[in-house]
Amino acid sequence: MTPTPGPRDPLALLLYAGAAVLLVGAPFFFYHLFLTKVLCYALFACAFNLLLGSCGLLSFGHAAYFGAAAYVAGHAAKVWGLPFEACLALGVMASALLGTIFGYISIRRQGIYFAMITLALAQMVYFLALQLPFTGAEDGLTAIPRGKALGLFELDNPLVLYFSTLCIFVGALTLIHRITHSTFGQILRAIRDNEPRAISLGFEANRYKLQAFVLSAALVGLAGANKAIAFKLATLTDVHWSTSGSVILMTLLGGLGTLLGPFVGALMVVTLENYLADSGLPINAVIGGIFILCILLFRRGIVGEAQAWLEGARSHKAP
Amino acid sequence: MGEPILRMQGVTKAFAGFVAVRDLDLDIARGTIHALIGPNGAGKTTVFNLVTKFHQPTSGRIIFKGQDITAKKPSDIARLGMVRSFQISAVFASMSALDNVRVALQRFRSDNFAFWKSDRILRELDDRARSLLNEVGLDALRDRKAAELPYGRRRALELATTLALEPELLLLDEPMAGMGHEDVERTAALIRRVAKDRTVLMVEHNLSVVADLSDRITVLARGEILAEGDYGQVSKDPAVIEAYMGTDHD
Repeated sequence: MTPTPGPRDPLALLLYAGAAVLLVGAPFFFYHLFLTKVLCYALFACAFNLLLGSCGLLSFGHAAYFGAAAYVAGHAAKVWGLPFEACLALGVMASALLGTIFGYISIRRQGIYFAMITLALAQMVYFLALQLPFTGAEDGLTAIPRGKALGLFELDNPLVLYFSTLCIFVGALTLIHRITHSTFGQILRAIRDNEPRAISLGFEANRYKLQAFVLSAALVGLAGANKAIAFKLATLTDVHWSTSGSVILMTLLGGLGTLLGPFVGALMVVTLENYLADSGLPINAVIGGIFILCILLFRRGIVGEAQAWLEGARSHKAP
Repeated sequence: MGEPILRMQGVTKAFAGFVAVRDLDLDIARGTIHALIGPNGAGKTTVFNLVTKFHQPTSGRIIFKGQDITAKKPSDIARLGMVRSFQISAVFASMSALDNVRVALQRFRSDNFAFWKSDRILRELDDRARSLLNEVGLDALRDRKAAELPYGRRRALELATTLALEPELLLLDEPMAGMGHEDVERTAALIRRVAKDRTVLMVEHNLSVVADLSDRITVLARGEILAEGDYGQVSKDPAVIEAYMGTDHD
């Protein structure tokens, strides 16, 4: 797996500067709510990638944390009338708590068994979302009030909404980058590379994996909570298994284990979903077809391939 | 000699009816190089897995430094001072040689769960890591990814990583497997050097290495001890000669 270029790399700096310009400039050319949606799903995918990319754990139930946080944040805003930040915090706490319990149960298993357990647990959350009194069953939570960011900026203004989401996204991405490049991240990497060896060196692999799981769930919760407020909506789709599947798709499409890959993947999937919605084409078939092409042509995902190509070009130049 | 550093008492391990190790009594004396040999399927690797708690014995007791470790977890074993290597070279493939050793050195730190702390702080371990790499002749290759190292060098890296934990008892599972001639000599010299103030228990097929390095040899066959002693005694034992018939004997 190719490491993400460090921030001191001049080329990487240029890339990051370019991305910053694009993200700041985008709302002047594109529909704000669409961009906000991209950012929410991008954060979802980046947080998912934290688990898959740096731990090698393929969870098939990340929609549970996304949806749970969406419901909790929505409920806090709508029924309790709490401010925006408190709603986000409650959403994050809910998904972190859920992640701790589910992680504890599933982390002992590996590979397909791990994926199946996370899926089964997520289906339980789906069932609860359907049955519990406060989730609104099939209607979901609707007309969630957005409130104000920091008590000052009206989030009903789409530009404010976009930039507040952007701040959250950049903050979370910085945290993810730090986690993967922390003292903790080093050990996580060792466990991903060779778990029995890490254990024989005296590291309790399961405890490290659990912490990564909880961090991932909490950040996914941040995405879910923000999405519920931004779209004034928390529905069963948020906790449905197909949402878990689509975040896997985004991550693999963009580039597993790269910092920006999941962002690119989310951008592609959300864009396709949005623009194909009116075309009358079968959306899922088109996305599926693109996914198959990607797997066949560039296995490392779009960003992964680009990085490998850049590295190759660089090592050609430097002897 | 005093108390043995490691004792196995009446240890049996059965896998769904197949008895891999039967009623084994084994004492490893402190400060020795002890070799475990025997034909394929004799239970050597199972013994390793039992001692390091990757397998739980069906019955019997395992005592390390006078402490009963039968019920311990594998990660606890390393903390007590017993570290193993694996048959297939066990390195962290995507990490550089330096990072491989450094991650082992992190074991002594208390900030291993600090996900907010930059890994740049780990540079303070670089000197120690480099001196360990130097010990196994790998310092020049420290920035190479472990996956890119040739096989013999990867085993050397694994040994450096193991030594980073300053184990009192080193378990080496076929340290010479798959090595070329010069790598074998280099690794043998290395093992002899690190065994000066440590105890080594190793499984090895290369009998000339075993003869050359070990103070004591235990021959296993079908999960039981066939013979024990130094190389002179063991190699003359008729039961051992019979067990090795038909297998290559260099």
